[in-house]
Amino acid sequence: MATAARDVNTETTAHPNEEAVVVRFAGDSGDGMQLTGGQFTLSTALAGNDLATFPDFPAEIRAPQGTLFGVSAFQINFGSEAIDTAGDMADVLIAMNPAALKSNLSGLRLGGLIIADEGEFGPRNLAKAGYAVSPLTDDSLAKWQLLGFNISQLTLDSVKPFGLGNKEALRCKNMWTLGLALWMFDRERGPIIEWLKAKFAKNPTLADANIAALNAGHAYGETAELTGPLKQHHIAKAEAEPGLYRTVTGSDSIALGLVAGAQLAGLPMFFGGYPITPASAILHNLSKYKEYGVTTFQAEDEIAAIASAIGASYAGQLGITSSSGPGIALKGEAMGLAIMTELPLVIINSQRGGPSTGLPTKTEQSDLYQAVYGRNGDAPLPVIAARSPSDAFDCAIEAVRIATQYMTPVMLLTDGYIANAAEPWKVPDMSTYEPFPVTFLDHVPDGGFRPYSRDEKLARPWVKPGTPGLIHRIGGIEKQVDTGHIDYNPANHQAMTDLRQAKVAGIADSIPDQAVDLGEAGAKLVFVGWGSTYGPIHQAVRRARAKGLDVAHIHIRHIWPLPKNLGDLLRSFGKVIVPEMNTGQLKTVLRDQYLVDARPLNKVSGQPFRIAEIEAAIEEALS
Amino acid sequence: MNEMTKLTPKDFETDQEVRWCPGCGDYAILKAVQRIMPEIGAIPEKTVFVSGIGCSSRFPYYMETYGFHTIHGRAPAVATGVKLANPELDVWIITGDGDALSIGGNHTMHLIRRNLDCQFLLFNNEIYGLTKGQYSPTSRVGTRSPSTPFGSVDRPVTPCAFALGSGARFVARGIDTHKNLGNVLKAAHGHRGTSFVEIYQNCIVYNDDVFAPFTAKPNAAENQLWVEHGKPMLFNGGTMGIALDRIDLHLHVVDVVDGNWQAAGVLVHDENNRGIAHMLVDMRVDQGLPIALGVIYQNPAPTFESAVVEQNAAAAKGKKPDLQALIAKGQNWTVEA
Ligand code: SF4
Repeated sequence: MATAARDVNTETTAHPNEEAVVVRFAGDSGDGMQLTGGQFTLSTALAGNDLATFPDFPAEIRAPQGTLFGVSAFQINFGSEAIDTAGDMADVLIAMNPAALKSNLSGLRLGGLIIADEGEFGPRNLAKAGYAVSPLTDDSLAKWQLLGFNISQLTLDSVKPFGLGNKEALRCKNMWTLGLALWMFDRERGPIIEWLKAKFAKNPTLADANIAALNAGHAYGETAELTGPLKQHHIAKAEAEPGLYRTVTGSDSIALGLVAGAQLAGLPMFFGGYPITPASAILHNLSKYKEYGVTTFQAEDEIAAIASAIGASYAGQLGITSSSGPGIALKGEAMGLAIMTELPLVIINSQRGGPSTGLPTKTEQSDLYQAVYGRNGDAPLPVIAARSPSDAFDCAIEAVRIATQYMTPVMLLTDGYIANAAEPWKVPDMSTYEPFPVTFLDHVPDGGFRPYSRDEKLARPWVKPGTPGLIHRIGGIEKQVDTGHIDYNPANHQAMTDLRQAKVAGIADSIPDQAVDLGEAGAKLVFVGWGSTYGPIHQAVRRARAKGLDVAHIHIRHIWPLPKNLGDLLRSFGKVIVPEMNTGQLKTVLRDQYLVDARPLNKVSGQPFRIAEIEAAIEEALS
Repeated sequence: MNEMTKLTPKDFETDQEVRWCPGCGDYAILKAVQRIMPEIGAIPEKTVFVSGIGCSSRFPYYMETYGFHTIHGRAPAVATGVKLANPELDVWIITGDGDALSIGGNHTMHLIRRNLDCQFLLFNNEIYGLTKGQYSPTSRVGTRSPSTPFGSVDRPVTPCAFALGSGARFVARGIDTHKNLGNVLKAAHGHRGTSFVEIYQNCIVYNDDVFAPFTAKPNAAENQLWVEHGKPMLFNGGTMGIALDRIDLHLHVVDVVDGNWQAAGVLVHDENNRGIAHMLVDMRVDQGLPIALGVIYQNPAPTFESAVVEQNAAAAKGKKPDLQALIAKGQNWTVEA
């Protein structure tokens, strides 16, 4: 039944519009490719292009030099039209060594340009990458355009005046390469020079050397009079709404969204975390925001991270914890405690490839079952999924709103792709966000205080220890309706289970109806996605519609509870296909909830969907 | 505390029916805690009892204070969040040998090394009571239990040694039914930082009399050494004392004649002496040594929550929170209309 996504890798999928270019920087993990990519991203944003990036790095911190598993790559797609994905296939591949070439060649479109550092294609590196002869000299790269020059030597020449050691001098290679890329796409060097000066403020010689390398790379493009493939491209500015923009990664926007959410709720924040890839950056970011009433706590383990957050929520702060799949698994029992004690809590899962340790640095969305169902007992918990780095900001705020308004833990799903990818973000005007201030119960209400009494949303009162007159005890043992006393009676457990269920189901009353992102209800075919597959699905549906195909795109943010109109909406379409980077988890939920014939389209390679893969699936479904 | 509303131990009792087995040592500990509450000036609404899972962890339900009965082993982690969120609260952690040293051993270690200001009361009954009598990490080798019908083979942990090894700044011991327990608890409350208190608690159902070698009336005088800062380490009515073998570096028992403990070389208890504390907590009756009780080690150090609060304040100093500016921060650009 499950249809695996076909790996579409033919010329027909080559980038169709001239207005967008995909560049992939690939090198050894010590070559500074992520830094190069990050700075190129910034210059691209400053040039007014829309963009999306995909950092793709190895799990090893310092993998042996020159090896295939030590390759680190950074892909950027930019252009003058709306860009939703990091691009299917690269137009330009910059390969800093043989291993980088070998492991990234399959992602370069036929006819695309390879820029290779000849200086690194010596016998040792060739052998490490498993090449018997240099691919630069045999005919194996004939399907592509090849430009090889000795970037290493050119870099050494350019930094000679600074008297650096050979190793240090070679470290400037990435800036030389960046300089060349800046020339290719007609970018300003100014902001990057400023950045280098700031970065090496303590070592001006290193700053100067890096700037010299950057300038040399740029000058090389300008003066080398290379005939053939190396030419300057001008990518027009993308049309964008006027306003202030910045680039954000999901880790940035989640941290900011949590701060914003806490402010809108009027609460200090407590964040309990434990280092794990790819979630740690949220902890790093938040640890800097002390003036916003943020306390961060690096706990001894994942369980302590969530348990301390529950303790902080109990004491009247907004408790938050974050992790990735394996850590979320460890937090499961404590989530049940937060459900039972009905305390607000936000749990963020930056999903990665699983099971077990799985693929720590690769993306996947295979924790949906875990989020919706993964606890002992009937333990309902609202789940929200972010579709992109910028969307994660609003999702974080929404998670805080639901947690504090409904007195419940909330799971926010993102993934490794969203966490690390950058995109331009129009900085929102915070005054347009409706505050949702929390009120703590601080007096005995009429009729007496009952810790498990409920408001119209079925939420129980939030009482801070320290409040006179409201002393009470809570815990993980089943509570008596209303009083919150320990109660094992069958009828009471039934009633409390029903109440917990009804409270979470009732959240659907406060979320918007599901919209159709592209196309109309009633189309022949709908692609229903969630999370970071938004970009490829959206682009594929857009292209298919441009060809006249009757297909729509729905992207679900509220995974649990689902929007109230979703069932009727899905039933209006002829066919329902659910593309997911898992083996069909949302598909199962939709089938279960609505008895619709949702069909899966799955990809679990640790890489995001390509637009072409989804386009092919659309065509197949409508043929 | 307001003089007008002088509280009594009764004010710290709840209306909940206490559900321990009749004769359980937990009753005596509950009474002792309720008894000292007015004496230490506890304010009920500012006091929070946090527990894990096990017989002892039912404790918060019986205290008329705020209380949180959490999950197995995690009370220290929950308590850390409570205290960091509101350092004004007086936090007590109630736990047992399985809860604190088996499933929650990691949290116990980190609570102690961080030195969160709280009282940590470990009810040690050397057995899993709530799950019907399996041997625990403090059970002695050879303990027969449903899970070890032929006797346990793994060696037990000494809770106070574990605490000292984790960097504890306050280590004390008491016995559930002993009159001194109140004083030990008061000292624990008076100490700023993690006050680690091991309480020998008799589980009458699954491990009755396991501590009888030093708690039973006929054995008590001979096998209980109640230490007190600045006082000689005497026991058995002052006829015996603890001395240090300065060559082999171990503690041993000496006879004290006519009260002349100096002549016998009896040590004076110095609660700041970490080295001697290590030796004291390791004394065992089966080695011919009395059990050390009372405040064995106390040497205050800065507490975790105060360090966190200070750093938060210092890092925020002079910075005005401006959410709009924060979200726009970094390298940004403007698209003109
Ligand atoms: S099982 Fe033992 S420890 Fe538990 S309540 Fe009964 S006597 Fe006390």
